Amino acid sequence: MTENTLKEKINMNGNNSIEIDCAPNGKPLNYKILNEEIHQVINSGYKKIILNKVCGQRFIGASLQGDLEFVINGVPGNDLGIFMDGPKIIVNDNCEDQAGNTMNNGTIIIHGDGGDVIGLSARGGKIYVKKDVGYRVGIHIKEYERKHPVIIIGGTARDFLGEYMAGGLVIILGLKILPDGKITENDYPICGNELGTGIHRGKIILRTNEDLQSKLGVGAKLFKPDEDDLKHIEPYLKEFCEIFSIPYKIITQKPFKVVKPISKRPFGGSYCGQIV
Amino acid sequence: MSIEHNIPNYFRVKIESDHCKKCKRCVSHCSYGALSFNNEKIISDDSKCVACNRCASMCPGKAIKIVKDESCLPPHGNYSRRIRNIIWAQSGTGGVLLSATGNDRPIRNIFDDLLLDACQVTNPSIDPLRETIETKVFFGRKPQKLDFTTDPIDPNKISLKTEFLPHFEIDMPLMVGHMSLGSISYNACMAIYQAVNELNILAGSGEGGLHPDFYEYGKNIITEVASGRFGVDIKYLQNTVGLEIKIGQGAKPGHGGHLPGEKVNSMISQTRMIPKGSDALSPYPHHDIYSIEDLAQLISALKEATRYKVPIGVKIAAVHNSAPIAVGIVRGGADFISIDGFRGGTGAAPRIIRDHAGIPIELAIASVDQRLRQEGLRDQVTLVAGGSIRYSADLIKAIALGADVGMVGMPVLIALGCRVCQQCFRGLCSWGIATQKPYLVKRLDIDVARNRIINLFHAWNEELKEILGAMGIDSIESLRSNRDRLRYIGPNPRIADILNVKHAGE
Ligand code: SF4
Ligand code: SF4
Repeated sequence: MTENTLKEKINMNGNNSIEIDCAPNGKPLNYKILNEEIHQVINSGYKKIILNKVCGQRFIGASLQGDLEFVINGVPGNDLGIFMDGPKIIVNDNCEDQAGNTMNNGTIIIHGDGGDVIGLSARGGKIYVKKDVGYRVGIHIKEYERKHPVIIIGGTARDFLGEYMAGGLVIILGLKILPDGKITENDYPICGNELGTGIHRGKIILRTNEDLQSKLGVGAKLFKPDEDDLKHIEPYLKEFCEIFSIPYKIITQKPFKVVKPISKRPFGGSYCGQIV
Repeated sequence: MSIEHNIPNYFRVKIESDHCKKCKRCVSHCSYGALSFNNEKIISDDSKCVACNRCASMCPGKAIKIVKDESCLPPHGNYSRRIRNIIWAQSGTGGVLLSATGNDRPIRNIFDDLLLDACQVTNPSIDPLRETIETKVFFGRKPQKLDFTTDPIDPNKISLKTEFLPHFEIDMPLMVGHMSLGSISYNACMAIYQAVNELNILAGSGEGGLHPDFYEYGKNIITEVASGRFGVDIKYLQNTVGLEIKIGQGAKPGHGGHLPGEKVNSMISQTRMIPKGSDALSPYPHHDIYSIEDLAQLISALKEATRYKVPIGVKIAAVHNSAPIAVGIVRGGADFISIDGFRGGTGAAPRIIRDHAGIPIELAIASVDQRLRQEGLRDQVTLVAGGSIRYSADLIKAIALGADVGMVGMPVLIALGCRVCQQCFRGLCSWGIATQKPYLVKRLDIDVARNRIINLFHAWNEELKEILGAMGIDSIESLRSNRDRLRYIGPNPRIADILNVKHAGE
């Protein structure tokens, strides 16, 4: 990419912020070109990057570090923020699959639906989704020392929520946030089957009256939230409500249910080490 | 009454009381608790002995011999002792049997059925002591052809137009297979990384992350991105010469990984970036990969994340349909493929999978190499193959069948003292290799271990040169896929067909 063509596509806004047109002349840029441009503007010192007309480009924000902010107008492709370590990404639309894949730190805020497998193996950071999400959300997220990934979904989730979870926090609120800002209860089930299957650390919190017993996966157990759980989730929920303009009191109108692991070693007993 | 049945012992610890000095050294060295001292003499609980031979080699009086237990079971040609033992163990515990190292069934080894060609009269051999024989290998993606541009003014000025994709050079066609910190000890990892650094060859990190102490050897380490994504952060992606997506492992194709919580001490916890004491579970599949397209996506993601600076590869276990999968992997953008045969090692795997799943690496190399060639893809990528390359003879045959680089695990551990007792999953390795217990780990001296690995591979490399010289080939890259230099002497001509190797005498 020569400097001239780059200049045609980007608008400098001052304040360290810059806009990139991701579909010049209506033709979406290839992801490699777009990501290379992103690297170039970061290398030139820009901190806030506004991506316009994003149309399914993958790997935006991949392995980026530091205090950068992205605003994405359009629908980003798979693996948004993969391996990311610090930046903040705001998506003003829906998002494709695997946002926050193996993220180490940072924030992803999605003002629409999220896809499947959100936060796969993430070790830290926050992923907040306003509407519904798909399958295997929060799979194998893990905590470590002070790292503690948090995923909050305003709407509902599907099967295998929090599968293999090794730490962190997943909250599903079961709300329906309409375009005019009105908020109602979501008619869909709060989550699908195999809830928390293989979970061995962390917790999943669901705001629902549903009977979840029959949905539980292997190694997962249902609890009533205790004082500590409520204290733990409150600051995150307040932050979520503020971002998406949800009155906090709505959150408290339905009870929470908590899914935690039966053991840190869910499959420890199934093997035999005898000399044969 | 206990539900568990006494399984007949395999071994007996024979202590010659005349030679015993009652120093009790053997007792403290036996990490399996088989030996004790009753104030009079050393006594052994033979049911605990795994024949690791640590006691025998530490005994100052040479008083100990580990022998086969001579008590016999009623003979039966079909129900071997092993099968009976398996049934007794399972009916006592109800568990899936664990195992370690590689498949130990006496299945015929195809490498042993291959013979090498040598020069006589019509093609001269080369003397490796006086002439150069190259064992260097270029690792990564290679251009299929070179393009040049001619200067419009001066037609004699020609410059290279082809842009090289990420690749690098190693001095021997060797990679120490992936063994994670966790499956083996810190000292064992350190010795391996120092040795490969010195030799300028490669080692795999395994899927347990990379301890910061090992970053300085990163230019010789291929780090692994497995389904658990343990320890995968930006530093991990940057301190590496190549990244490998682990789909499968020869010892346990289709299986995930399971490092038991008791082995996750603070060092392992830091390296894997998981809490202390928690099981480290690697999911069976990568949950972002359900197809070749998804695999291509992760390959692209890793290329993006490393800014196209290092080769990205994919490791699969050798299974029935490896060849078409390998084609998909190359078309998906991988710069190298690693294939691990059914005899490949492991620190822990269900015995049923270790012993019964997958195919021999010899057949997998041949069919993958052939298929990639048919598709016009072979020369673009590096093919790494392992799964019981035991010594230099196997390595050279693997290369002649079509591999670029041999992946080696057990021989390295054996060089370090491993007696192949197959108890690695218990974490009690008396030789300080497959253990995390500090009092055992310190038995493995890093400098000694490192030098033993260097010696071993130095010897292999000299043997490669000897045999290449005898074949009249001056570079290992010219032997690759050169199957005309192999002949088959085994009992099954169908194998020769699949290998595309002629029978001896043809
Ligand atoms: S190490 Fe050898 S000499 Fe020492 S107590 Fe054991 S058998 Fe006897
Ligand atoms: S590494 Fe240790 S435990 Fe494993 S087979 Fe070798 S001697 Fe036995």
